[in-house]
Amino acid sequence: MNEMPHIDKAAEMTDSKISAKQVQVFYGDIHAIKDVDIEINPRSVTSFIGPSGCGKSTFLRCLNRMNDTIDVCRVEGTILIDSEDIYDPKVDPVQLRAKVGMVFQKPNPFPKSIYDNIAYGPRIHGLAANKTAMDEIVTSSLQRAGLWEEVKDRLSEPGTGLSGGQQQRLCIARAIAVNPEVILMDEPCSALDPIATAKVEELIDELRENFTIVIVTHSMQQAARVSQRTAFFHLGILVEEGPTQDIFTNPTDKRTQDYITGRFG
Amino acid sequence: MSDTTLPPVASSADTTPSEKRKTSLYRTDALTRKRNAAEARFKAYGITAIVIGLFFLVVLASSIILEGIPAFTRTIVQVEFTITEDQFEAAEQELFKTRAYEGFFIASLEEQLRQKGIDAPFDSDAIERLVGKTGGTIREFFRENQDLLGQPVAFELAASSRVDGYMNGRITRESIVDSRFLMKSDLYIVDALVEAGVIRNAFNWNFITGADSGVDNPGGAGIGASVVGSFFMMLVVLFLSLPIGVAASIYLEEFAPQNRITDLIEVNISNLAAVPSIVFGILGLAVFIQFMHLPQSAPLVGGLVLTLMTLPTIIISTRAALKAVPPSIRDAALGVGASKMQAVFHHVLPLAMPGILTGTIIGLAQALGETAPLLLIGMVGFVARGYPEGLIEGFTDPNSAMPAQIYTWAARADFAFYEKAWGGIIVLLVFLLAMNILAIVLRRRFERRW
Repeated sequence: MNEMPHIDKAAEMTDSKISAKQVQVFYGDIHAIKDVDIEINPRSVTSFIGPSGCGKSTFLRCLNRMNDTIDVCRVEGTILIDSEDIYDPKVDPVQLRAKVGMVFQKPNPFPKSIYDNIAYGPRIHGLAANKTAMDEIVTSSLQRAGLWEEVKDRLSEPGTGLSGGQQQRLCIARAIAVNPEVILMDEPCSALDPIATAKVEELIDELRENFTIVIVTHSMQQAARVSQRTAFFHLGILVEEGPTQDIFTNPTDKRTQDYITGRFG
Repeated sequence: MSDTTLPPVASSADTTPSEKRKTSLYRTDALTRKRNAAEARFKAYGITAIVIGLFFLVVLASSIILEGIPAFTRTIVQVEFTITEDQFEAAEQELFKTRAYEGFFIASLEEQLRQKGIDAPFDSDAIERLVGKTGGTIREFFRENQDLLGQPVAFELAASSRVDGYMNGRITRESIVDSRFLMKSDLYIVDALVEAGVIRNAFNWNFITGADSGVDNPGGAGIGASVVGSFFMMLVVLFLSLPIGVAASIYLEEFAPQNRITDLIEVNISNLAAVPSIVFGILGLAVFIQFMHLPQSAPLVGGLVLTLMTLPTIIISTRAALKAVPPSIRDAALGVGASKMQAVFHHVLPLAMPGILTGTIIGLAQALGETAPLLLIGMVGFVARGYPEGLIEGFTDPNSAMPAQIYTWAARADFAFYEKAWGGIIVLLVFLLAMNILAIVLRRRFERRW
């Protein structure tokens, strides 16, 4: 969408980083996501909550087209990131994923050294001109992920040898190493103990200054702790979306209230 | 394992009432006992199965070694003698030149025996039966090494396979029938030679390095040429089936859409793995030789046929190895913006490597031991009469392969070839063992990277 006049683009550059309109997702015949409209603010944390199977992870994976890897999955509607339709035929999903990074539920470091884990992304995108520049990227990524002090003496050891929480922070460091604008996190703390979770949450809060973060979580406390806005999904429908404060203290929808008070889910 | 099964009458009689009142952990109840007994029985079955398997393995290995070891030794008649330049000149003047040399040989053998005080009557025919036509060998030697004329030279001449058989007990004085190959009386000469210490056993290098011989010369037969044939065939198989197989599996596993066509391909690959090898042989005969006019009996054609046979094995094991790589690794790579191909080649393939290598080597080992398709394309043992002259000839000249050579020997009438067949099996097994060890070593090496 480079032909778009500059003024137009600027005019459309409203507050939102990501803007989804009438998004539908189908798995074969199953209509998994129905009519989702949402605006996601830049440099903030937005959390998706909802019971299992409500489609929050599916919707998250639409935002960097990870669903493309599933044959039967079909996405309709428009998702704009910086006013560009990411499902436009001209968009290469690989390029998109460099801009929209992802952290997964289970820590999944590559079975390589800690250094190579971080350096892989910058290397394939050609972000570092030489070894020194690469060292710089690795160091700063690990520092921003709060992992530097713990691993600086063993960068050549395998990333799989770290503890679960360290592995997850390594994955976050790996995601920010390619300098994305948006980071999607799919239940990043569900496999971690409370202390590791606290560290990751603290990290998310710090990353908010530079990145737009969307996080899917099962824990409502976590959503309340880390996010500025919260969206509640139920049965493939976006039931309610608003400032976290409002969602948790004064939900407008009955279903949201039931879920938050623990009546189902 | 009868110690764990308790008499059923006693158990049901006194546990049932007490169980109803209260259960104690000190007392195993009937159900637990039954389960334990079943478990013990199952263990016993397993141990029995393993013992039976080991027994057959031991029988197989020991019979192969016992029958095959004689093929690696041969009886040698060692005679030391000197030919002067005059004798050489004189012999070269004669009409039957080799006959003259044979005369020298017999004379010095007699001399050696006389020195040791042994008197055994023999004539040139008997010597010919025992060590073959010696004159030719001796003449050849002196014509090439004329500077050794006048000096004592120790000749080691291979005794005939009948003498071999007598020395290792395969032929006895009672079992022997007079023939043009061996007379009963010859055995007295052999005994005399043994007494004089001119006969001894030596390692049969010719068996390892030689080529196949005619049907009347079992002693000269060697497996070397067919080892070379097998080697060139394996080269063809490796360089065709590995890249084709791995590329096909990567495409099917990682890129191909799941639809009816890929399902059909998948089913057919599995079916191909079960097709009898002789079918591939007849296919090779029809397509490669009769249609494409590739040279008959050539390792190139053998390799092509075995490639077809090995491909399904490699594809199936490679796909299994790719499937075993956790999907989270693919997600991780795609998540940092790697393309599908980068994800596969940078992350998935290295992790699947040990499995791919193991599958490939198992496929190669299977191909190495395959006989039937080779017989159909003319790679039978008796074409392995010599070594190929060069690298290209190695692929295109008629040759045999180890299993086909073994089959040919086993089918020959002369009992001495039977021994060669067993010896050939030992050589084949050594190669297979080496390949399996290689597979294990490579596996270990690549797995350490995790």
